[in-house]
Amino acid sequence: MPPPTDFRAQIEGQRDYLLRFATLQLRDSHAAEDVVQETLLAALTGAASFAGRSNLRTWLTGILKHKIVDAIRRSSREPARPDDELEGLSEFDPLFDERGHWRDRPSPWDSPEGALEQKEFFAVLEGCLEGLPAKTARAFMMREHLGLETGAICKELDITPTHCWVLLYRARMALRQCLATRWFGDKDPEAR
Amino acid sequence: MIMMSCKDATRLVSQGLDRELRFGERVALRLHLAICAGCENVERQMELLREAVRKLGAEQDDPKR
Repeated sequence: MPPPTDFRAQIEGQRDYLLRFATLQLRDSHAAEDVVQETLLAALTGAASFAGRSNLRTWLTGILKHKIVDAIRRSSREPARPDDELEGLSEFDPLFDERGHWRDRPSPWDSPEGALEQKEFFAVLEGCLEGLPAKTARAFMMREHLGLETGAICKELDITPTHCWVLLYRARMALRQCLATRWFGDKDPEAR
Repeated sequence: MIMMSCKDATRLVSQGLDRELRFGERVALRLHLAICAGCENVERQMELLREAVRKLGAEQDDPKR
């Protein structure tokens, strides 16, 4: 039995959202189009398994995760491109002085749990993720959103575990700085 | 024993989310965090970040819809 038309329309209505979300993770608009197309097809053929079980977007995001993992596996079989992000893994880090102490000590965040209840917070988080360099973002999303182990990420990105930890560290430090500034209302360090 | 720097401490906090730290690393990190509020804030914030990114996608639904 074909899925009812309004279900099809509801699914189609999530396309833009899924596309934005896939692009955030894959950093490639064609690859993102492909996984979203696969997700929508899978959703239509699997409509019976949805059956109002959960929220439609949550369900579609779950399917999308699997499609993204597949896409990452496929693309990592292609030859690796030369890579700028792994260059300059130097010891210099503007956050710290030459002895490794904070130049500007991080403050606590006000009501962090409350942030997780707010849609606007997640929009800010997406904006911060978009600001990361591509490979850093991909490593981070594979680890924290898709829940892959570092070993798998190294393999997919063709980097050593040490590089992988450096990318994840940079991603976390950059994101916490970004959230501190854009959401938790830290003053700009320059302004202090 | 020389106290580890904040730079090294934040690296270990991050790596602790990705691999099991060795015993010596854990002890040195705990000692540092016990006296360094800045790094302790970073530890909590990295954990919150993990929680937030896991929820990304699912949490953006409007529950009333």
